[in-house]
Amino acid sequence: MELIFEKSVSGRTGVRVPLSDVPNAAPLPDELRRREPVRLPEVAELDLVRHYTNLSRRNFSVDTNFYPLGSCTMKYNTKVTENAGALFASCHPMVALLPGGDKLVQGPLSIVYELERQLAEITGMEEVTTQPLAGAHGEMTGIMVIAAYHKARGDEKRKYVIVPDSSHGTNPASAAMAGYEIVTVPTAPYGDMDLDLFRQAMNEEVAAVMLTCPNTLGLFNPHIAEICAIAHEGGALTYYDGANLNAILGKVRPGDVGFDVIHVNLHKTFGTPHGGGGPGSGPIGVRGDLVRFLPTPRVVRREDGSYAVEDHPEGIGRVSDFFGNFAIMARAYAYITMLGREGLVEVSEQAVLNANYIMARLKEEYDLPFDQTCMHECVFSASRQVQNGVHAIDVAKYLIDRGFHPPTVYFPLNVKEAIMIEPTETESKQTMDAFIEVMLEAARLAKEDPERLHEAPVTTPVGRLDETRAARMQQVCCE
Amino acid sequence: MGYCPNTPDDIRDMLAAIGAASVEELFAPIPAELRAKSFDLPPGMSELELMRLMREKAASCGADVTPFIGGGIYDHFIPAAVDHLASRAEFYTAYTPYQPECAQGTLQALYEYQTTICRLTGLEASNASLYDGGTAVAEAALMSLRITDRHKVILDGSVNPLHREIVTGYLHGLSAQAVDVAPDGCVSDLARLMASIDDETAAVIVQSPNFFGSVQDFRELAQKAHDHEALLIVSCYPIAMGLVASPGEMGADIAVGEGQSLGNHLSFGGPYFGFIATRKRFIRNLPGRIVGETIDHQGRRGFVLTLQAREQHIKRHKATSNICSNQSLCALRGLIFCASLGMKGFEDLARLNYDKAQYAKSVLGAVRGVDLLNCGATFNEFTLALPKDAAEVVQRLLDKGIAAGVPLGQYYPGMERALVVTVTEKRTKDEIDRLAALLEEVLWS
Repeated sequence: MELIFEKSVSGRTGVRVPLSDVPNAAPLPDELRRREPVRLPEVAELDLVRHYTNLSRRNFSVDTNFYPLGSCTMKYNTKVTENAGALFASCHPMVALLPGGDKLVQGPLSIVYELERQLAEITGMEEVTTQPLAGAHGEMTGIMVIAAYHKARGDEKRKYVIVPDSSHGTNPASAAMAGYEIVTVPTAPYGDMDLDLFRQAMNEEVAAVMLTCPNTLGLFNPHIAEICAIAHEGGALTYYDGANLNAILGKVRPGDVGFDVIHVNLHKTFGTPHGGGGPGSGPIGVRGDLVRFLPTPRVVRREDGSYAVEDHPEGIGRVSDFFGNFAIMARAYAYITMLGREGLVEVSEQAVLNANYIMARLKEEYDLPFDQTCMHECVFSASRQVQNGVHAIDVAKYLIDRGFHPPTVYFPLNVKEAIMIEPTETESKQTMDAFIEVMLEAARLAKEDPERLHEAPVTTPVGRLDETRAARMQQVCCE
Repeated sequence: MGYCPNTPDDIRDMLAAIGAASVEELFAPIPAELRAKSFDLPPGMSELELMRLMREKAASCGADVTPFIGGGIYDHFIPAAVDHLASRAEFYTAYTPYQPECAQGTLQALYEYQTTICRLTGLEASNASLYDGGTAVAEAALMSLRITDRHKVILDGSVNPLHREIVTGYLHGLSAQAVDVAPDGCVSDLARLMASIDDETAAVIVQSPNFFGSVQDFRELAQKAHDHEALLIVSCYPIAMGLVASPGEMGADIAVGEGQSLGNHLSFGGPYFGFIATRKRFIRNLPGRIVGETIDHQGRRGFVLTLQAREQHIKRHKATSNICSNQSLCALRGLIFCASLGMKGFEDLARLNYDKAQYAKSVLGAVRGVDLLNCGATFNEFTLALPKDAAEVVQRLLDKGIAAGVPLGQYYPGMERALVVTVTEKRTKDEIDRLAALLEEVLWS
């Protein structure tokens, strides 16, 4: 398809700019003036609408396709929460920071406050801040809080953060951005971070250990309380990556287990859309004695029931401009409020049931490196198919031809040829059965006609793309 | 309740296939002592009740205040097509385009977005967006440390104070240093900025227009930075790019900014997007996702995430940034906004902002006792010197339904009587005149 720039016709105009009701002003001084107009496309509104409507049709999405992308929790995003989020479109955040402005924005301030309370209850933490703009941003904020805690105690020797080798890449990257060096602990044959190796890695220079639970294999780590105890004994804090929280709503609260800091991804567990790669939202929760290190500002509830914005002078400062991705937070607040206690518990129960069902149905044909009850996702390996020259990527591309978005492949890194399937709670047995049939078909083709899989996808606007060429050419904008 | 479709029959069949007696049995791997001690949330509600509650909250959200405030976030007109097209569920219910063959919609749109950002900023390589303006400035600062292998950035005091706080926080953990250079009134102190640059300097960070609204020429500053092999980072306001010399023209090596004003609703602080663009030679040091052009085996053009060896999912702690998601949907809105206006419309829009602000300057500057602070050239914001405490004046005007501007005292001690006023194309002559009349009333009655 042509680029919008390639559809440009000189002199054609789209939307009309408002008419001026003030006199023309004297121009800017020459040296401050732009030499050439910005080369934007010149298209009529219909050209524009058709272009982006047709572009959208080149996407798979939750609303059009089953999207079992492991680790991403691609659940259905309810329409009513979209409407709820849109209600605050005209609300300028600066109003809240003006003297006397907070009384004009009581509605949105109450949402920030109440959402923080809801998330604190769900995770078992003392308090929450919604400021981080994405999961990874929450991780960085959480590690900055941990750094501030050690510093406030005069404990300046801690320079390491421990992560398991199966962790999301964001964990070590976020800790590095907060100034820490990384120690990676391998996974034991039982599927979790090796407890003995972790014990050996712990020492008085470790600031924190970061864990995802259920881990990236979709398994619940029964040793998390022990890990917390070992970390605390050594003076380190524990960080819970809440990316997989969808598995444990109402079942486990990280705060009860002994975790000190947690982030949650509103765009995963709490039903806000993924936007083609964001915007997300990554609130963090902390235990009681870490509350003072949370970023500024805080939304507080006064005794008279009104809400106010307060500076948080001991905190780590500001990690984003205002209160976080508010319109995303409003959707999550609406989601939690609408589902309520029973609805959220049902989410996790059905998510876990669906994942175990897919696991049970596929394990005859695909290798299952860790054959045990999984939580919200299951991780297979295409290693059996590799014997016929078929790789995880080939299975993935074949699924596209059959109308399914592929699972996550080649992650986690500690499983060769990983195929990570997360159906979520919003998919029906019938949808999953259709997916399972195609997965079984792919396994059969791997034996009988591997070429079919190598050629896939053939139904998409483009076939497999030359990524090496893209990296070499570095063509990232058109001339 | 949880939008879970399976019927009791489905559930029974699925449990049979799994070989489990109950759903609860699937949670057996969780030891009893780790079970939740509480889950005290109210029962759920229906759509109707939910929307009743949400509308009640939205009724008190300041939407009826006439905003003459900016501070990095601006009340601009959004063409209807932006909302309609960005509401296509194929865009908003997809995720990061890991499987390019079934994500060409998102990928091509991001490629077009990157092209738009390059053209706005006058630079050569853009990523697929960052979280917001403040974190974009911080990411640019980190990028300059990587490129130069130095540990000091010079931070102009007229850069948005909220952004400066974020930059300082990001640098703090890395033991890098941010040297603040106070502005001279409401313009950057170019002489002091230049004098501060030395061979340890990774970058100088300035903003155009700056927090006071002033537009300055940074060419000499760029030259001085380059003489010391340091970088110039310019944070810019994209709407101004229709009229004001771009960071690229000024000699910047990295341009960043808050993208909200390009087609994104105010939404009480987000989601917005940050943008970042640089010279092609620094492309491998960019943070976040980048979309590149390529071909398939039949030679058809297509788009993929590229240069991923910079990123956290491959490089882990050695990545250029921890960023995983960007702000794809907000960037898409920015793209559609720019394409709706087109080359001429974008320039006209910038011109309209400028004309209205110039008009407001003349009217507000004529209010008894009010002076314009000498900011030199401005775009759509300017700073007034009031005869009284600006915070107090703003508070009284808020009661009359006008957000008159951002009082500077909370950000710049000693400037308690200064007020930054913003005038976008949405403010009418009548609203501007009314602000002037009410300002006079509040000051003197």
